[in-house]
Amino acid sequence: MLTAFLLLPIAGALVIALLPRDRAADARWVALIASGLAFALSILIFVRFDPDEAGYQMVDRFNWIRAGDAGFSVQYVLGVDGLSTPMVLLTGLLSVAAVLVSFNVTLRTKEYFAWLLVLETAVAGVFLSLDLIQFFLFWELELIPMYLLISIWGSGRKEYSAMKFLLYTIAGSALMLVGFLVLGFTAGTFDIAKLTASPPTEAAIPLAAIFWFIMAAFLVKLPVFPVHTWLPDAHTDAPTAVSVMLAGVLLKMGGYGILRIVLPILPQQAHDFRVLLAGIAGFSVIYGALITLRQRDLKRLVAYSSVSHMGYVLLGIAALGPVGLSGAALQMFTHGTITGLLFIMVGLVYDRAHTRQISELSGLMHRMPLIGVVMVVAGLAALGLPGLSGFVAEVTVFLGSLGPHPAATIFAVFGVVLAAGYILWTVQRVFTGPPNERWADLTDANQWWERTAMGGMLVAIFVVGIYPRVLTDVIQSGIDPIAAIVQRGG
Amino acid sequence: MDSLHQLHHIAPAATLLVGAAVVLIADLASNRRSDVQWLALLTLVVATLMACWQVLAGLPGESALGGAVIVDVFGLYFTFLLLAVAAAVVIVSSDGLQRVEQRGEFYALLLTSTASMVLLAQAQDLILIFVALETTSIVQFVLAGIARDDRSSEAGLKYLLTGAISAAVLLYGFAFLFGLAGTTSLTGIAAFVGAGAEETRLAVILAFVLVAAGLGFKMAIVPFQAWVPDVYQGSPTPVTTFLSVASKAGGFAIVLRIFYTGLGGGDTFVSEDWAKMFAVFAAVSMTFGNVAAIQQTDAKRLLGYSSIAQAGNIAVGLAAVAGGSTLGASAVLFFLGTYAATNLGVFISVIAVSKSIGSDDIRDYAGLLRRSPGVALVLSLCLLSLTGIPPTAGFLAKVYVFNSAVRTGQDWLVWLIVVAVLNTAISAYYYLRWARIMILDEPRDTLTFRPTLTTSGLLMLAGAGVLFFGLVPTPLIEAARRAAETLV
Repeated sequence: MLTAFLLLPIAGALVIALLPRDRAADARWVALIASGLAFALSILIFVRFDPDEAGYQMVDRFNWIRAGDAGFSVQYVLGVDGLSTPMVLLTGLLSVAAVLVSFNVTLRTKEYFAWLLVLETAVAGVFLSLDLIQFFLFWELELIPMYLLISIWGSGRKEYSAMKFLLYTIAGSALMLVGFLVLGFTAGTFDIAKLTASPPTEAAIPLAAIFWFIMAAFLVKLPVFPVHTWLPDAHTDAPTAVSVMLAGVLLKMGGYGILRIVLPILPQQAHDFRVLLAGIAGFSVIYGALITLRQRDLKRLVAYSSVSHMGYVLLGIAALGPVGLSGAALQMFTHGTITGLLFIMVGLVYDRAHTRQISELSGLMHRMPLIGVVMVVAGLAALGLPGLSGFVAEVTVFLGSLGPHPAATIFAVFGVVLAAGYILWTVQRVFTGPPNERWADLTDANQWWERTAMGGMLVAIFVVGIYPRVLTDVIQSGIDPIAAIVQRGG
Repeated sequence: MDSLHQLHHIAPAATLLVGAAVVLIADLASNRRSDVQWLALLTLVVATLMACWQVLAGLPGESALGGAVIVDVFGLYFTFLLLAVAAAVVIVSSDGLQRVEQRGEFYALLLTSTASMVLLAQAQDLILIFVALETTSIVQFVLAGIARDDRSSEAGLKYLLTGAISAAVLLYGFAFLFGLAGTTSLTGIAAFVGAGAEETRLAVILAFVLVAAGLGFKMAIVPFQAWVPDVYQGSPTPVTTFLSVASKAGGFAIVLRIFYTGLGGGDTFVSEDWAKMFAVFAAVSMTFGNVAAIQQTDAKRLLGYSSIAQAGNIAVGLAAVAGGSTLGASAVLFFLGTYAATNLGVFISVIAVSKSIGSDDIRDYAGLLRRSPGVALVLSLCLLSLTGIPPTAGFLAKVYVFNSAVRTGQDWLVWLIVVAVLNTAISAYYYLRWARIMILDEPRDTLTFRPTLTTSGLLMLAGAGVLFFGLVPTPLIEAARRAAETLV
């Protein structure tokens, strides 16, 4: 079943590649069907997942590279636990949303949807892989579709931004490969489950070096200060759907990697550096929020708010306790839905007004009430209003991190205040206020695909906000074993 | 007379030499260019069949001609690799040799060069190694200059001068080895080095440094790389293809043979010394090649620097020795196999583009995706492979080589890998910039073109190889492992 989820999008991409040229417009339907089926499968995976059962479930496994004598055996092994199941669901949901908001793409339609589906497979592969080399393969596989999607279908300085994204990611992941190889040699296996069961105690190079090699890739991806500078550029110049995927699922690969690989395999080092990590996290939260306040471009604003919000993820991780880790995992899911929705809304505004400059926009609520209301709801969720999903995640993070890192936590709480500031201020400037004659002709979200994408994301935000246990039980079952290892190791 | 009965041990090389002579004679008799091309191809097919026959007849493991040559899996691995590359070059030469009048000579020289490299891969004696190596080199000097225009002649001359110095250095190193061990046979030298007399240590180190320096010219590693960019750019492109794939493979083959069979691999008292030497070569080569490649605008010149950088990656496998393990050697072999498919794809694309638009300037590749989608796709795929991005063969080749280094358990090799992976990030910039120009930029005119049928076939084969070895690498890894094990 996991293999089917992994291969469905890429199968859709192949179908699109085989479409005759004069039926290129059908590519979007193929993409919708493929990502829709994948989403249905991800729901099925989520439902069938049993939180009470220990270990990985629904495992698919075969030996991919059999060269044991040559010291290089790589498995193809997929499996889910309580940590990856929500990520799989998130990938399925956001991919459908990304396809839907792309329905008006007319430039090189076939290629666009094919690459979007390849991207879904690559990201899904990262969340499902249980072998370090396989994980690394999918991690790198995501680069090509992202690069092309930004540089062909983006706007502004798209080629510069795409290359910046690419080089940052490659530089980070290159070091990760070194860390993986040393771990694999030391333990004699690349199998994540086996490595987790018996973490290495020494290696050819200091374990602290391995820790930072691997963290380099994840911190760049997350991203946190000072390796975040690729993110605003990539977001601003990417097409809407790619921003949705980038903020919604790609950033989560960083947090996921730390939780899945770094903490269980190098618990002692995580313990040694926890204060430093918390410091980086707290600083990122405030720094990101302050920079957000100064943004004049709607999309850049949402992008910088991501830096701030992903800081919470790292803060929860640095707490190293079950509560903080759960909060981090929950924050990844909720940030995915909330920021994904925010990017959709910004994209809808931009499609109509053809500008994202906050100073030029005003009184849009009069012209597009639906977009305005949804934007306000998404904004409230982002600033952590109770009843919406962002609140649950942030409170859990703070509860978890207050004990071990009181200073960083108190510092980071001001991020919430700042978030309230920049979100309400933006809503006020863009949506409320007197209607501007220049925008008299704008229409509301009137296409069914726009409304479906918005609706789906709203449902996810409300459900998790009102009844968080639907997620927290699952996440708890995945986090508990990790937290146990970390506390034993520390 | 006894040795005549053993000629079947060198059947592939002998076939190639006979074929070269026949090609020369046929060139006099026939006026049609394609005749000699077919004849050259036929020779390569027969030589391949001979090599297959050697496998089936159970020859592997036997040495012959007084121990000067051996038929083993290692030699056969390179024989098949070299024959495949030569065949590709022969086929693509109908598109890529427009500047060249002397077709007959070209094929004869190509076959001779292949023959001596095949022999080189089988050689187990310093004298035979030197003779085979020099035959290869001299033939390649002529090949580089075969177009008889200014650039090609300059390339030939530069290649000749550097080559001559390298040969002298190599011979000096061989003389040291002979003086120490009292024999030119690699097994004899292995016995001497294996004894590990500490007072000979410095002399042995001096000898292998000289040998590595002499062979560094063939492998194109820094600081013996100065000829590469000029020769790559100036030679006719099929010759460049042959140099970058076959000649480099030949260089690494003989380095492996000398250092594993002759100097005892990772087991001896000097193993760590030469491992560290290759680690330095590797780090310097990849860094120099990548940094210099960033500036290049000419496709062939860029590939020259890329070739230096990739030699650095391969040399990581040379540095990865520890104990009796041949993992590093197998990594070199696996990398060379995937590199052959990848670089053939790149160069055949360059030939196809150059034939149609008459330029090797990378900026003229703008919009190639719309002008000739097939070529653009294969070239992009191969560039991804050179960068080391999945799902291509180059990704696994890099991971495998780096893994072999990590598995020695030496910390300084891990730091070498750190240098190597950071270099990967640099190389991504110029490889992917080239791909970007093809895919994103607007073409200057609307001219579209299609490569010839044979070229298309070769391109598809190369692209399929790059993908196949990226997804199903086990057979090639297994072959490389078995070949490496026969070295010691």
